[in-house]
Amino acid sequence: MSEERKKRETPLLDELESGPWPSFVKEIKKSDTPMADDLLGVLERSYEEHIGHWKHGGLVGVMGYGGGVIGRYSDVPQDFPEVAEFHTMRINQPAAWFYTSDALRKITDIWERHGSGLTNMHGSTGDIVLLGCKTEALEPTFAELTSLGFDLGGSGSDMRTPSCCIGQARCEWACYDTMGACYDFTQTYQDELHRPAFPYKYKLKFAGCPNDCVASVARSDMSFIGVWRDDIKVDAEQVKAYAASGKLDIQQDVCDRCPTRCMRWDGASLAIDNANCVKCMHCINAMPKALAPGDDRGAAILIGAKAPIVGGALLGSVLVPFIKMEPPYEEIKELLSRIWDLWAEYGKNRERVGEFIQRLGLGNFLEQIGLEPVPEMITAPRANPYVFYQDTVEEEA
Amino acid sequence: MSASPRKTDIGPPHYEQFLPPVVKKNYGQWKYHEILKPGVMVHVAASGDKLFTVRAASPRLLSIVTIRMFADLADRFSGGFLRFTSRNNVEFLLSDPANIDPLIAALKKEGFPVGGIGPSISNCVHTQGWVHCHSAASDASGVVKAVMDDLYPHFANMDMPGKLRIAFACCLNMCGAVHCSDIAILGIHRKAPKIKHSDLPKMCEIPSLVSSCPTGAVRPATVEGVQSVEIIEEQCMYCGNCFTVCPAMKIANAENDGLSIWVGGKVSNARTEPKFSKLAIPFLPNNPPRWPEVVGAVRTIVDAYAANARKFERMGEWIERIGWPSFFRLTDIPFSKYHIDDFKHAGETFRRSIHMRQV
Repeated sequence: MSEERKKRETPLLDELESGPWPSFVKEIKKSDTPMADDLLGVLERSYEEHIGHWKHGGLVGVMGYGGGVIGRYSDVPQDFPEVAEFHTMRINQPAAWFYTSDALRKITDIWERHGSGLTNMHGSTGDIVLLGCKTEALEPTFAELTSLGFDLGGSGSDMRTPSCCIGQARCEWACYDTMGACYDFTQTYQDELHRPAFPYKYKLKFAGCPNDCVASVARSDMSFIGVWRDDIKVDAEQVKAYAASGKLDIQQDVCDRCPTRCMRWDGASLAIDNANCVKCMHCINAMPKALAPGDDRGAAILIGAKAPIVGGALLGSVLVPFIKMEPPYEEIKELLSRIWDLWAEYGKNRERVGEFIQRLGLGNFLEQIGLEPVPEMITAPRANPYVFYQDTVEEEA
Repeated sequence: MSASPRKTDIGPPHYEQFLPPVVKKNYGQWKYHEILKPGVMVHVAASGDKLFTVRAASPRLLSIVTIRMFADLADRFSGGFLRFTSRNNVEFLLSDPANIDPLIAALKKEGFPVGGIGPSISNCVHTQGWVHCHSAASDASGVVKAVMDDLYPHFANMDMPGKLRIAFACCLNMCGAVHCSDIAILGIHRKAPKIKHSDLPKMCEIPSLVSSCPTGAVRPATVEGVQSVEIIEEQCMYCGNCFTVCPAMKIANAENDGLSIWVGGKVSNARTEPKFSKLAIPFLPNNPPRWPEVVGAVRTIVDAYAANARKFERMGEWIERIGWPSFFRLTDIPFSKYHIDDFKHAGETFRRSIHMRQV
């Protein structure tokens, strides 16, 4: 087959086949389909002209779903007919991106039959991205994927595909079962995931500890970051072993880097003032064999992180300083539905929940969702005296 | 297949079927881990069981041919079990340490280098760029390939003061959420969309086009007798949302699109709080296929960090310790009015003390 097709000349892209880093140009060439040929052709044109050649495309999707497919059309279809339609399918990844070779092969077989043979492993939110197919391929691909046990992820103004770190599957620092929680929330909210009904997107991410390997504090409207309440566990012999190894200066590399200076090292033993530990993870990261998070574990819930569009980027802010993360997560789901109800009713179109809270005021937001304000939610009380008092005494007429 | 009822809302497959036996057995019972060498670590469970991880880079954009090759390697070396990381690396999960070196050799032969663990530069998080996005101001895969070809030794060796995370997004929408990275490369448009009034009434619905603009910069207007729209240019911040709903509003502009560089963000809570990346370089040109200006700028910043930061210090922690004026001096990056915030809460970044290093 491939010999019969006329290969496009791509001298600029060919330069990106060399070098030690894996080459996406090689990947597109390996795919060796007519769609991949035209993708390479249109990309070469972008490299020549310094401009993209894609249009966003109206409503494409699978029956009964409002999300999960990103419509994409070429603005030069006459020159690159094989990618005139080049839609993306987002497939909800297994928690923490675990696979067997068998499952991966079956996905690739489906994509060989219906699409370009190109993927992203994975998209920014976490989905398996099947990159490029024609409109007519969407339903057959979907049917085969669901037969295999996979389903579409989110797109548009819906709950986006939740994602999580590796958690207790491999990491000794995971303060709760991130994979279990991610799977549970994803299954609970299938309707919210597949049928956009919110003012804008709503992302959930589950990180097992304050190292936050899934960047939940920056990238999710609701972020569950594992943390503990009791004392850091210390293996005194292992602390000494780190000191003796010569690879770590306990005073300089550990104690002096503690943000609250709550650790003391006298050359033989390490003392921790746990009441002043802010669970930053540095000492544990530096000495994983000697120190570990305590046993009273759960998560902090943060709300409102987002990228710049529309009203500027936000990091998540503390909504619940600590909560036990235990199935079936009833208390959290009740909180989430109160937030969604309020935001769905009063949020403006394309207003993320973080921006909504800024418009409403965090204090008013908390009142509306029935959560008590606590000082852990802020870095400092207000410095301006423009307080809008609501509990004043009314004079009698 | 037509005989079976159409399945919907089944959600992702349960992860348990993809976990290696050693993970299932020791789930939640891991005790500690050690980095054995670049790209290789061992996790030890309370039971004494060990799980070896070998991490390799991928270009994120993968053909099914490569995915099958990964599957074959997993069958040969890790019992068929593998996973991907949040930064587009592939990880093989081994029970037998004797398989580590043969796996690394096999990956190397296929062109997939092993590394990215510990004090190193891990794989880049990035977006689609010209490969697939309608609002891209640059290509993502190409810039990342060029930058990582240059920085590759820092992926393959643990020779950085601390972790260094690079991310790329091809416009302000930031699908790659690059705004909290040690180094962020961000594609930027610098001109409001050009309106093609001849096509607009045929291709676009004016009310939905007007409401697509987050800043209200798009207004209905009659132009040369045609129902169309106008743009208040000062209100446009180049998000491309109008182009998303209306192809007659092309935002891309070959002469004016380019890239900006941002530094010092992080998401981890280790030592210091998570922080945003801040503007280092407001504009660099699109210069494919290898974007030498961008590669050079990133290299300059990485070199300055590597030479001056203390052990464990992230880019942002180092810059905060030495101060931003020192950062600009050390990197020889020119400071301009574009570096000074003029959006909401801009005044929060004005210096209101005499705490300056006088030079």
